[in-house]
Amino acid sequence: MKLKVTLAALAAATAAPAFAEGELNIYNWGNYTSPEMIEKFEKEYGIDVTITDYDSNDTALAKIKAGGHGFDIVVPSGTYVPIFISEGLLMESKPNEMENFKNMDPVWVDVEFDPGRNYTVPWQWGTVGMTVNTSVYDGDINTAAIILDPPDELKGKINVVPEMMDVMSTTIYYMGGDQCTTDKEVLKKVRDKLVEAKQHWLSMDYGNIEKYAKGDLSAGVNWNGASLRARLENEDIAFGYPVTGYPVWMDNAAILADAQNVENAKQFLNFIMDPENAAMLSNFARYANGIKGSEQYLDPVMASAPEVVVPDELKAAGKVSKTCPPEAQKIYTAIWTELQK
Amino acid sequence: MAKPFEVHRQTGFATMAGLCFVVLYLPIVLLVVYSFNQGDSIAIWEGFSWRWYVSAWDNEQVQAATVRSLVIAFWAALIATTCAVLAALATTRQERFRGYTFVFAMINQPLMVPEIVTAVALLIFFAMIKVQTGYTGLGYLILAHSAFCLPFAYMPIRARLQGMDLSLEQAAMDLYGTPWRVFRRITLPQLWPGILAGAMLAFVISLDDVVITEFVKSAGQDTLPTYMLGQMRRVVTPEVNAISTVLLAISVVMVVAFYFLSRTKKQPTGG
Amino acid sequence: MTDVAPVTARRQARARWLLLVPALTVLVFAASGPLLIVLIYSFLTPGDYGGVLWEPSAQGWFSVVFERDFFTDELSLADAHLSIFWRSVKLSLMTAALAFIFGFPTAYFIATRPKEKRDLWMLLIIIPFWTNLLIRTFAIAELIRNEGTVNTLLITMGVIDEPIQMLFTEFAILLGMAYVYLPLMVLPIYASLERLDFSLVEAGYDLYATRWRVLRKVIFPLAKPGVIAGSILVFVPSLGAYVTPRVLGGGKQLMLGNLIELQFGQGRNWPLGAALSLTLLAIVMVALLFYVRAAGGEEGRHG
Repeated sequence: MKLKVTLAALAAATAAPAFAEGELNIYNWGNYTSPEMIEKFEKEYGIDVTITDYDSNDTALAKIKAGGHGFDIVVPSGTYVPIFISEGLLMESKPNEMENFKNMDPVWVDVEFDPGRNYTVPWQWGTVGMTVNTSVYDGDINTAAIILDPPDELKGKINVVPEMMDVMSTTIYYMGGDQCTTDKEVLKKVRDKLVEAKQHWLSMDYGNIEKYAKGDLSAGVNWNGASLRARLENEDIAFGYPVTGYPVWMDNAAILADAQNVENAKQFLNFIMDPENAAMLSNFARYANGIKGSEQYLDPVMASAPEVVVPDELKAAGKVSKTCPPEAQKIYTAIWTELQK
Repeated sequence: MAKPFEVHRQTGFATMAGLCFVVLYLPIVLLVVYSFNQGDSIAIWEGFSWRWYVSAWDNEQVQAATVRSLVIAFWAALIATTCAVLAALATTRQERFRGYTFVFAMINQPLMVPEIVTAVALLIFFAMIKVQTGYTGLGYLILAHSAFCLPFAYMPIRARLQGMDLSLEQAAMDLYGTPWRVFRRITLPQLWPGILAGAMLAFVISLDDVVITEFVKSAGQDTLPTYMLGQMRRVVTPEVNAISTVLLAISVVMVVAFYFLSRTKKQPTGG
Repeated sequence: MTDVAPVTARRQARARWLLLVPALTVLVFAASGPLLIVLIYSFLTPGDYGGVLWEPSAQGWFSVVFERDFFTDELSLADAHLSIFWRSVKLSLMTAALAFIFGFPTAYFIATRPKEKRDLWMLLIIIPFWTNLLIRTFAIAELIRNEGTVNTLLITMGVIDEPIQMLFTEFAILLGMAYVYLPLMVLPIYASLERLDFSLVEAGYDLYATRWRVLRKVIFPLAKPGVIAGSILVFVPSLGAYVTPRVLGGGKQLMLGNLIELQFGQGRNWPLGAALSLTLLAIVMVALLFYVRAAGGEEGRHG
């Protein structure tokens, strides 16, 4: 191992002038990286970490594809990992041979986007479900009917996050279809349902924690972590998991094929598989991680949160999001445009 | 018969202007208030605290982003305004020349192409240069910002120039001789309000840019807007309110200083 | 200037192009070069996961106006695109108008202040824009929210009983965009009004007697270059506006900027995005050329 580091350092020192020892460039979603954890990593390894933000998988993909960016680590969602891999943008860094890999929750090892984890390490994972203000509506919240066939008391108080794939998937499941379906019968029903339901929606926007908490919004499609934050401001807020099916997503850290600080990046991947460090991430971003044993380090408010710990009877309805083929993507975009015309 | 006409006191106009200032500053007041919020939110008041100022003070990423935004805006405004003054001198107050329409279209081109398109195109274009030269500094961002700030600087300068009197300069040409001296003594002082307006516009336009910066930036080159954009999808805390308030405070201090300077200076140039 | 010798004219032409060199250099590198890439992209085939394949295709341009229904396979006009185009143009025109209604009196007000105070007033216009755009937009949203400051105030004053839904309406988008683009209107108008000789206005008042006629016959003609410049600076960026419609309009309806962004993002159809933006460019270009022709005639008279 030591020899490898020395060799790598030697090779890098002669090859790339931009290389400076003890540096690591992370390209990640904004407000997603625990500063405490980074500080700990910097102290432990003597590595200087620079974080740069992005706001969507597509931006990250386009930038990395263009080259010349200077990043070492990127954190794409599971649905984008196969694209990154097939475009040759990720390094096969073998996290599954790293020391801390033993901490990985087995559920997250053989994932479809990276079977056996040859490229990626879990960062955070979460679900897309229904946020409901139970003082306004006290019926069943574990259903997508909340937004697609809304009860009268919720009409006009609904927000839907403008995430095309999450909204499409939730609706497709509700209409009895499968993820990434291209079945015209199902999609036609999906389109009609969305167009009909949209007249009862107030907005399609992000960042609505305050609006849920203060009652401007009473229900909507939301991420579990955001719903948790809203509940901390207003205890009437609850999070429902549609029984017909709901998307489960995971963001994953990976080393880029043209990374300049490969050894540092590997140390970082290993570092975030440590339960204590993974818990630091979760405590900051308010989502679950895929590391066993991190529970004991979680904030009490996180460890027992119904938004984070999926109830057993609803676990089966969760479907890990896949990369849809271009044909499906094309139809979904057309429906999405139609919906917002 | 008619009352003496007071141009300086057009009641309707002053009321509108007053309203305009109120509307401009209302959100700013709110923004400042929430920078002192004890809670995590930019919209739920939970009591007074300095918490977000402390947090911003400790957050190197956000500080670096703020400074970077200001540095880029300064250079972009300087470059754009200089180019715009020269271009305005070349395109106004003279006979229509061949290529005038082309030049006008060129200068306004950054305005007409949606930001996201310029952003993607610049990403591809600059990435090629970055790979070839290995240079990944702030130069790309400054160049990109200068380009899209150019029309904003050009328009007010051109509008100002269009109505300026040529005879004065022609007379001065006989007096001083060189074009440079005429420009410095006659044209520049007259043009000054236009230049100031153009430079200010360029500066704030650069300061607010998100999309192009997001695509052009290299590792470690976040600006305040791209930092904010990253937050938008997760959670927005009053930390940026705190930073904005500090920037506001600095600019207010600058304005007050400016006010007293202009009062004591007694206009040496005579306008 | 029409009687100058040909030699001077040639020297003048050379000087003119020399003056244009810096601006053109910046623009060629950071605006025209990229535009060329966009043009090429609009004629290529979309890649499966974003980007383009180097196979020529006119599908991007075709899809701007036509769509093939994916259920019936019928060919029809792409009414989604057309209605989004129309909405954006409409809102941008209204934004420019609103910015003018607020901006002109404000610029006039500043231009009539004592000379040494005018720069100060201008700074007061620009200071709010030192704060971050997103934070400012969020603050506007907070003001006009149902439980927000304005509604609460109106209810406590007894003006209304029920909160007025302002956020997530077209009114909110208009208000927000006019706010964001206000300095782009005020500053150019101010720059052209500032040189206005107010003794002329007073003389005009003696001549025309009513305030409206003075405005129309004396002030407006003098302010015209500034008004036109300001309108362009407000109208054109409004067409591509992205953040404000999303935060204040609730994002339920796409604007042109969002539609184009969708093609480069989740929609993964870069050629269509490129073709859509070139269509936008063409519309604006035609409008601007029209303006240059119209305004150009007057300028000639100045020289």
